[in-house]
Amino acid sequence: MNALIAFLSRAIVQSIPLLFGSTGEILTEKSGNLNLGIPGIMYVGAISGVIGAFPLQQRITAGEAVSPFAVIMIPLLCCLFASLLMGLLYCFLTVTLKANQNVTGLAMTTFGLGFGNFFGGSLIKLSGSNAPAIVLTDISLIYSRSIADKNTAGPIGKLFFSYGFLAYLAIIIAVTAAYILKKTRIGLNLRAVGENPATADAAGINVNRYKYVATCVGSMTAGLGGLFYVLDYASGVWSNGGFGDRGWLAIALVIFSLWRPAVAIGASIVFGGLFILNAFIPSGTNLAIKEIYKMAPYVVTIIVLIISSMRNKKDKQPPASLGLAYFREER
Amino acid sequence: MDGTNAAVKMRNITKTFGSVVANDKVWLDIYKGEILALLGENGSGKTTLMNMLSGIYFPDEGQIFINDEEVKITSPKIAFDHGIGMIHQHFKLVDVLTAAENIVLGLNDGSKFDLKKASEKIRSICEMYGFEVDPAQKIYDMSVSQKQTVEIVKVLYRGADILILDEPTAVLTPQETDRLFAVLRNMRDDGKAVVIITHKLHEVEDISDRVAILRKGQFVGDMKTKETNAAEMTNMMVGHAVSLNIERPDPVDPKPRIEVKNLTVRDVDGIVKLNDVSFTANSGEILGIAGISGCGQKELLESIAGLQKVESGSIAYINDKGEPEELVGKDPLSIQAMGVALSFVPEDRLGMGLVGNMNLSDNMMLRSYRRGKTAFTDRRAPHKLAENVVNELSVSTPSVETPVRRLSGGNVQKVLVGREIASAPTVLLTAYAVRGLDINSSYTIYDLINKEKKQGVAVIYVGEDLDVLLELSDKILVLCGGRVSGYIEGRGADKRKVGMMMTKLGGAAEDEE
Repeated sequence: MNALIAFLSRAIVQSIPLLFGSTGEILTEKSGNLNLGIPGIMYVGAISGVIGAFPLQQRITAGEAVSPFAVIMIPLLCCLFASLLMGLLYCFLTVTLKANQNVTGLAMTTFGLGFGNFFGGSLIKLSGSNAPAIVLTDISLIYSRSIADKNTAGPIGKLFFSYGFLAYLAIIIAVTAAYILKKTRIGLNLRAVGENPATADAAGINVNRYKYVATCVGSMTAGLGGLFYVLDYASGVWSNGGFGDRGWLAIALVIFSLWRPAVAIGASIVFGGLFILNAFIPSGTNLAIKEIYKMAPYVVTIIVLIISSMRNKKDKQPPASLGLAYFREER
Repeated sequence: MDGTNAAVKMRNITKTFGSVVANDKVWLDIYKGEILALLGENGSGKTTLMNMLSGIYFPDEGQIFINDEEVKITSPKIAFDHGIGMIHQHFKLVDVLTAAENIVLGLNDGSKFDLKKASEKIRSICEMYGFEVDPAQKIYDMSVSQKQTVEIVKVLYRGADILILDEPTAVLTPQETDRLFAVLRNMRDDGKAVVIITHKLHEVEDISDRVAILRKGQFVGDMKTKETNAAEMTNMMVGHAVSLNIERPDPVDPKPRIEVKNLTVRDVDGIVKLNDVSFTANSGEILGIAGISGCGQKELLESIAGLQKVESGSIAYINDKGEPEELVGKDPLSIQAMGVALSFVPEDRLGMGLVGNMNLSDNMMLRSYRRGKTAFTDRRAPHKLAENVVNELSVSTPSVETPVRRLSGGNVQKVLVGREIASAPTVLLTAYAVRGLDINSSYTIYDLINKEKKQGVAVIYVGEDLDVLLELSDKILVLCGGRVSGYIEGRGADKRKVGMMMTKLGGAAEDEE
């Protein structure tokens, strides 16, 4: 029982970056933008948070008093601002200039990784540490502060109350996004823009504005996933490339959850579980088995993509105009 | 309507797309309590003109007055604010949303978002004008006429009192058309201004109070419908006199050419598209296929052309010596080599048969490039063919090097039909050959088809205009839900009766097992 609780609670921690990423991508895709730049944006979100946190950590290390509020807000705002810029860049290229969305997205991912590794490397040099990593332990302590201590809490506390505030924020954003998409006028308009921009346009909806706002909000949401990864999950330790393939998994999760943010909550926990399955499988000394289990999330992703491409119900399809630029006067 | 104020006045409206002048100094008045028919050939700028009223396009020059106040309609939203609602030829509906969601789409009256309240309002509008709409039904579950109804309710819901309908009857059965016209008359009597764009003259005569005519982007004139006739309207549209009778030469030496027996076809989802269909198409005859769109016409033609997997039944091609040959199981290329040509004009025109980004002569080459013996293609013959098609069918294009995508719909169709006919087929399968074409081009196509018929080609013609189908065909096969609901002689066929068969009301009895 205890092992199961421990497994679930770690699966949830693992799921949060994925949930941020897929909620952001769902919002983006609902506007008809297929943003393959999400992995890059999450990476940029993470490194920007690190950049914001770095001077604070140095002051704390030097013994100065820094208010916890500043510790929370500065990295958070840095992360949101950088992700917003990435979203704006993507929109400017694909919505205003009507560039190809796939190419733009892939370029942004490449750019984001390069950006992150460059500043990551620079900060590692600045910190003068021996290991190739930036350590922001004190910042992370504030970010991962939880109601219940994860080492001493009972099962309920451990399962529900042992996470930092960003984890709850992820769930709140996903639920809010689900509500907005389903129950509000804005959500209805956004769905229409992604399905059939010409129709939305004729109905008096400002298509470009919806695309911009949805994509930028989506990017900022995804960026938070990066921030959570480094300042909470990784205990404030940044190392280049440590974020891994989570960005791509988040995009795959969008399909798995059928473009529904509420479903994405459960789906990302399943994926989080698959991610850490290898650590919970008794394998003894045979490390090969562990390696096979490490493949689980990727294998499941492929299987899910195959299965989901076979379903044929109309309302379980991607937004009809996903990936297409919208020209009003095209005949 | 003299003495009343015009609801809309358009003055000196000019709109150009690149070097093409779509509208040239057009004057048009639209009155309340009147149905105005806007007539014109393809590319005469009717839709463009109305798109400027509905805010899709913005005029380069000219003024628009609504209730004598000058307005700038820069977006569809502003058009709504002025009470203008347009029902486009291609429905502007989101498939995965419900009727009610589509109807309230884009609206923001400041009140709480409440679909239930909206549904009630929709029901009351439906009662008032005699529509039937289920607000909770998804669009993808709807028939074409239901979708159109949703479109109309959508504009009315927004409080439009100027309604524009762009070719609303193109996809409707005669019964549905009657119902639509009844609704339009209700609206007129309610004091609304209605504009209907159409090619079908008998509909103009049936529904409109006044008719305005555009030719090549210019306003030619308007008159009371009662005081004019079809011949005069056509002459004004085309600019010269046109004969309005479709020829139906007697078939020459008809012999069975295609024999279809107990054909059953399922689509990929396992839904039966054709159910036990049997008929014979004779050489030198036109077999018209009538039916509401989506009743298996496409599958039927594709089965004959070898593009569709057949579940059971047989399709026999009988050659000149009278020997039958089975077509089921053959690949499309060898069927084509036997002389079966398919020209299918889908709703989006380019979808089947032509490649939009390629020019005219390259598109001609799609049919012939396999014939060469060397590794290099023969470009000269297709180029010549393209020039022939352009000359004979008077395709309006800058050159044969122009990408097909840039041509207007009617011209694209001429290219497609022209190419298929040029392959000298023994069987010509054609679907919606005149879809959306104006009178003049339509008649060119009818003439072409008749010419093929006289040369002994078995023509299978799927059409949407029942009047034309009845005038053109020697035999008529009526499909309804994938079944044959009637097989009658074209001469003396009654439109009502065929219409009933299409909806399985009258034709059902003799068909049931």
